[in-house]
Amino acid sequence: MADLISDVLVKNSLIFAMFIVGFVTWVSYLLSKRLSNGRIHGSALAIVAGLLLAYMGGVATGGTQGLADIEIFAGIGVLGGAMFRDFALVATSFGIHLDEVKRSGIRGGLAVIIGVVLSFVVGAVVALAFGYTDPVDISTIGAGAATYIVGPVTGAALGAGSDIIALSIAAGLVKSILVMTTTPLVAKRIGLNNPQSAMVFGGLMGTTSGVAGGLAATDPKLVPYGAMTATFYTGVGCLLAPSILFFAVKYLVG
Amino acid sequence: MIVYGVAILSACVIVGKFLGDWLGVAIGVESNVGGVGIAMLLLIAICHRFDSFKKGFGDTALGISFWSAMYIPIVVAMAAKQNVLAALTGGPVALAAGLLAVLASLALLPILSGRVENDDRKPTTEGQE
Repeated sequence: MADLISDVLVKNSLIFAMFIVGFVTWVSYLLSKRLSNGRIHGSALAIVAGLLLAYMGGVATGGTQGLADIEIFAGIGVLGGAMFRDFALVATSFGIHLDEVKRSGIRGGLAVIIGVVLSFVVGAVVALAFGYTDPVDISTIGAGAATYIVGPVTGAALGAGSDIIALSIAAGLVKSILVMTTTPLVAKRIGLNNPQSAMVFGGLMGTTSGVAGGLAATDPKLVPYGAMTATFYTGVGCLLAPSILFFAVKYLVG
Repeated sequence: MIVYGVAILSACVIVGKFLGDWLGVAIGVESNVGGVGIAMLLLIAICHRFDSFKKGFGDTALGISFWSAMYIPIVVAMAAKQNVLAALTGGPVALAAGLLAVLASLALLPILSGRVENDDRKPTTEGQE
């Protein structure tokens, strides 16, 4: 009987994933209403619940895909993968105001460059503080503080060791998860309540999953604005980190 | 027809991602540069065209708005497939680098976005500007 059930769930994993996500969302919205009187947004709780499940999946299997590494939950990996994420993300732009994009475009673009440099510098300083002296290691960790894609791309380009590359990925993951969870908590204080600040926010943070999750939990109307700039960040990071920024580190440290 | 909306959305995503990859190759970067952003701009441009051509966009819009509404559930699934274990066990360097990068960026947001004061006084300024 148990075999029969898990067989059906494995064969229909994407469908099962939709049910799981719906169920998690329902419980989260219920908790939001009952326990916090709606003060903590339901979708913020749902995202935290997702991260918790991912942690448990990681502990249970030792894999890298969170809950999706458990066979019957493999559909979560498809539904939450880059393909569907980007598809739905582009769909959200249906409600965007073109005037806002035109008005804030330059600011958003500027934020991307400043954001990459800022995160890189912060990550590099942390690496220095922890006793790393090789410019390649420092730059790779700095790049990881940008996003978990910029880190390994930079590390591979500079010939960093796999332990350092793993570290840079971890730094990027920490950033992405923190952006998802803390954005709704600080949004009001930092003025993140209009399309323009959302575009700047996306550009500064750059982690598409972090920005996507954080803004969804703050105000879904802001999602497309933040995502639009965030999507340029990783590319700009991969351009700057192994080149200009690495040379700067080499000049200052070496 | 609902499927027309879905097809338009798909076309925008594919073309946007292709252009993003192409841009990445053109500037010598191993990454997609702005693919999703380009796809969004394409979709916006197409929707504006339709709006001015004929008012009755009709069912076609439903094919797009459904996927737009599925966005948060998909983000929940995305959260559930993150490598949270690696983030938490990556050691103090990874934690400090990630945490401080987020804090620094958050601190800079009010300075760069520049419309904060205005919005604090009047939360609903839409249409007045």
